[in-house]
This record gives sequence, structure tokens and C-alpha cells, in this order.
Amino acid sequence: MTNAPTDTVASPLVPRKGFSRMADPVFAALTGAAGILVLIILGYMVVVTTLTAWPAMQSQGWSFIFSTTWDPSRGQYGILAFVYGTVLTSLIALVIAVPFSLGIALFLTEIAPGWIRGPVAYMVDLLAAVPSVVYGLWGVFVLLPGLLQPLAVWLSRTLGWIPIFAGPGSGLSFFGAGVVLAIMIIPIISSLSREVLRAVPSDEKNAAFALGATRWEMITGAVLPRAKAGIIGAVMLGLGRALGETIAVALLVGSREQITASILKPGYTMASIIANQFTEATGDHIRALVGVGVVLFIITIVVNVAARALVWRMVEA
Amino acid sequence: MKRRLFALSLLLAGAFLLCSACLVACGGVPRSPGESQDGSTDGSSTVRLEGAGATFPQPLYLEWIGAFIQERKGIRINYQGIGSGGGIQQLTQGTVDFGASDAPMKDEEIAAAEAAGGAKVLHIPMVFGAVVLAYNLKGVEHLRLDQESLAGIFLGTITRWDDAAIAALNPGSELPATDILVVHRSDASGTTSIFTTYLAQISAEWSASVGQGKDVKWPVGVGGQGNDGVAAVVRQQPGALGYVELSYALETGLSVATLQNKAGNYVAPSLESTLAAAKGVDFPEDLRFSLSNSAAPDAYPIVGATWLLVYDRMESPAQAVALKAFLTWCLENGATVARELNYAPLPDELRPLAQAKIDQMQ
Repeated sequence: MTNAPTDTVASPLVPRKGFSRMADPVFAALTGAAGILVLIILGYMVVVTTLTAWPAMQSQGWSFIFSTTWDPSRGQYGILAFVYGTVLTSLIALVIAVPFSLGIALFLTEIAPGWIRGPVAYMVDLLAAVPSVVYGLWGVFVLLPGLLQPLAVWLSRTLGWIPIFAGPGSGLSFFGAGVVLAIMIIPIISSLSREVLRAVPSDEKNAAFALGATRWEMITGAVLPRAKAGIIGAVMLGLGRALGETIAVALLVGSREQITASILKPGYTMASIIANQFTEATGDHIRALVGVGVVLFIITIVVNVAARALVWRMVEA
Repeated sequence: MKRRLFALSLLLAGAFLLCSACLVACGGVPRSPGESQDGSTDGSSTVRLEGAGATFPQPLYLEWIGAFIQERKGIRINYQGIGSGGGIQQLTQGTVDFGASDAPMKDEEIAAAEAAGGAKVLHIPMVFGAVVLAYNLKGVEHLRLDQESLAGIFLGTITRWDDAAIAALNPGSELPATDILVVHRSDASGTTSIFTTYLAQISAEWSASVGQGKDVKWPVGVGGQGNDGVAAVVRQQPGALGYVELSYALETGLSVATLQNKAGNYVAPSLESTLAAAKGVDFPEDLRFSLSNSAAPDAYPIVGATWLLVYDRMESPAQAVALKAFLTWCLENGATVARELNYAPLPDELRPLAQAKIDQMQ
């Protein structure tokens, strides 16, 4: 009994009775239970999905991971094209979203006049609350004909000699899905980075100014290094959403299981193949789809662990 | 102290899990479907019927149900469009009173359902549907395609609109010198099943290299989600060609292709040419028929039916009576509504056969 400060320290003046006496241990046990429950549910999920998918994975062998042929009518399930699509669309989303998000966050913390900060920050946060199917439908009916299709065609015409922009370009593509994903994750990344940037002590910023730094030098020299770890954490959360996003991507990615260097060609992602085929699947097909889910889960964990490691190393350094 | 706390936490977590497991178990026991919580299914109180399955006829079924329960108070029917596969699955598991599917059940599916349900499964055809090819070509009003060119486009052997094979079929039209953008469904669908079944019938190469089913490995093209998704791409992208349901195309006014049928005639898709597909078809006893590639001279070639799936013995007599009444009502009074919603109601020669199936229920 080394630590029971509530019992010994707090009681001399007013002796605790009844519920008050029990409150601390009960509260501790409840929160503990909640924590343990998360672990149990997570473990249960991994075990059950893996067991469900195992027969399909086993019958496909390594070709489950390394084949690009997904043909339910012939019982062939290879998911490499979906893995590629998931990673590629998420990368495109990050490439577009990170600079934008950082720009928004820096503008709102360092540059914008006070009266603008509140409303703009609020509206950016509001974007995060829009359901993804709305993004998807808006993408298909508004963004696709208005922006994505012309942009894709233009990119393939002018930059088509670079393999990643090889034509014929289509809005229903890795690129189209990536753009809408970017719009979806910008609010997440920007509002989290804003919090991180706001936490940078103003003493340090003032010190930078006092040393004669311009605003740019203050941001790059004092703010960003301080906030680096937190910004990476924000980016990883955005990446997490991009990897798992289902409906909006299913509507825009073009749904074609292929691996191409060109981002202007249609592709497919792991979450969208599950969404597209789950309702009508039976037998091995459904097991293979659960298997796709298991692999997606593993990828998400790997990304998260990598992000943690990165952040941890930066904090250490 | 710490150890005791941990033990207590573990205990609480365990208790919570146990409780939720119990709840799942109780909820998961397949209550005799449709039975209301207080167990009053017969007598004067409301009879409830639960159905689930194909999404293609869902708007029609909902309309029918609405009109039927207006006339017959005391019956409640609920239909969920969860997909044909889901309908068959739920019927087998006994969580619904009737299922619905755009493709007849396979032999092994019937065996599984009959083993689980302890009664025979009946297929009752409700309406016909056709799959049409919508296209986006400025200035081409009546695109004509024959079997070879249609199969060639979807196999990827014909890639351009000004291909000699297509040009020969459309002498008066100015076909652009652009690529054909093939659009197919990305979600698993009965529409895809009807379309690929037809392609497999007319093309040995399609049959060998792609096959048929609710989702297949498409040799070319992009996927759109649902009829809306396919139609959106077709409407937005010049040079696109995709397949959608007839009722959807009629409602939205897309340009659709005229196809060559088995008899060699070019037929535009319509409710009439869809119904014509049933002419001369020899309906099997179990009514698991196919209308694809009909030999009738005025038939549109890509046609399929949608079925309701029921057991011939239902657990509650009151439910059997109610379901029979509903199905009979649909056959007798449903045709007008069906036409209004652009579905093809059963032709006269098929209706008595469907009614005979309904009469087997008890």
C-alpha cells in the first residue's frame, strides 16, 4: 500500500462517507474496464476476421497477395491491384492535402486577422462533418464533369510524356479519387495542425522576432520545428481516413483492377471492392472480401506504427 | 492495490462482454420471421410479412405493397432492397418470409434453403426487365449494333467508334473517330448478370474468357456504381457506351442502341419488345426460365425476369394466407402500376403458371 493519498491525505478535515469514499476506486475500475475492453474488441476483431478469411487465403496461397486477377466467377482472388490503388490514391491525396492544410493552419494561427480566424476555422471543421457519400456524389455529378475530367484530359495532353500522366486521361481514375480524398482529409489535417501550431509558446515566437527574424523566418525557424511531431501525427490521421475511405472512392476511382504507372487511368481500392461486392457475395467470395479487410487492417496498423516511430524519433532528437 | 484494481477492471470488462454476448445471442436466434414480439400472429391482430432481396424491382414492390395494404387492412408488409444474393441468404436463414432475386436460385442454393426451411422453395416470376446500351454520341440518333460488334466492343477487340464493323451497320450516321469508353457496373448486380449471360450466349470468346455473373472481370472499360453511376459517366463523357436497366433509361431519357436479335431483326428496347421475349419460350415446371436471346422475331435480345422466392409451407397459416393474397393481387392488379414505373408485367401466357405456384403455398 504505497499510494492511497485520497484516503489518508484528504480525510483529516472532513471524513469521507458513502459514495465519496468509493468514488475513486470505482471510477478507476470503470475507466480501466473501458481501456481493457478496447484491447479485447480489437483482438477479437483480428481473430474473427482472420479466421473467416483464412480458407480463402489458404486456397489462393501467395497469389492472394501477389496476383492482380480478381475474378469471382472463376474463384480467383488476387488483391495486389487493390492494395496498389489504396496506397496510390492515399498518396495523391496526401500530396495535395498536406500543403493546403498546412497553409490553412498557418494562415489561421499566424497571419489572419483575429476576426477572420473564428469563422474560417469553424467552416474548415464543418467540412470534416460532411458525410463521405455526399463528397462522392458531389464528386461524380459536379467535380467530375466540371473539373476532374477536363483537368485529367489536359494533364494527359500536355504532360503525357511523363509516365504518371500517360493518357488517355480520365476523371474516373486514381487521380480523381485522390483529389476528392484530399478535400476530405484537408479539414482533419488542418484543424489538428492548427491546434498544434497554436500550442507553440508565444515567447519563442517573440524571441525570434526580437532576434530580427521576418515572419517567414519565424515560422520556419521557431514554429514549424516545434510543431513538427504534432503535424506528422495530424497527417497520419488524415492518411488513416484516406486509406479506409470507401464510398467516395468507389464512386470515383473507376473500378478497374489494374496496376498502371499513370494516375490518370481507372483503378480500384481495397475498401471500395468490399463495398461494391459484399452485398452479393457468397462462400469463398465473401471470405476473400473479408481477407481484403484483414490486409487493409494490417496496412493501417503498419502505417500507424511507422508514424509513431517517426514522431518518437523526432521528439527524441 | 494496483493488482486489485486491474482484477476489478478485468472483471467489469468481462461482465460487459458477457452481457453483450447474451444480447447478441438472444437477438440472433431466428425468431419465426414476422411474428410480432407479443406472439400474436393469428386472429384479429395485424399480420406482418418481411421480405428482402433484389434492388431492381424495389420501387415497384414498394408501390404494390402501398396499394395492397390500402385495400387490405390488417396486413403489414416490409421489403428491403439488399441485393439478390442477400435475399436468397436471408430466406435460407429464415430471417424473412419471402426473398427476391433477379436470377433464379442455383440447385445447391435451393437444396440449402430447403434443408434449412423444411419446405419447398417456389420461384414466382413478377416482372420482366431489359438491359439497354446507353451511349453518348453527338448527332447519332439511332445507333445499331449487331451481336459481333457488341461482343467485340466489350471484349476490347473493337475500340473505336469509326471501326468498319460499326460503320457498316450505321450507314447514315457520322461516327466520330474517337475511342469507345466502355462503362460497366462496379457493384455486383443482377443487371450485370443479365447482360453477361447474354454476351456469353452470343460470343464463344466471351463465354470462354470472361464468363457470366453478378460481377465479372471486365476486359475493358471503367466501372460506375449503380445505374446512376453508369448513367452519369455516359452522360458526361462523349464516346461512352454503358449498360443500364430499361426502366432507368426510359425515365432518364438516355440515347439507347438498337440491337440485332436472334432472328436477325434490329429491335429498339421498349416494354413491348421486352414482353415479346417471352413468346415461344418453353417455361420449365419450376419457372426458373431464361429470356435471354429470345428467338421471337420482335423480341429485344437482353431480357431477364425477377422472381419472388417463397416456401410452399409457412410456419404461420395466417402469414401464408396474407402472402398468397398479396401475390395474387400483384398478378391481377399490378400490371398498370408496373407499366407506369416502366417495368414489363408478366405476359398472359405466363400469369396462370405463376398463379399455380402461388396456389401451392399454404
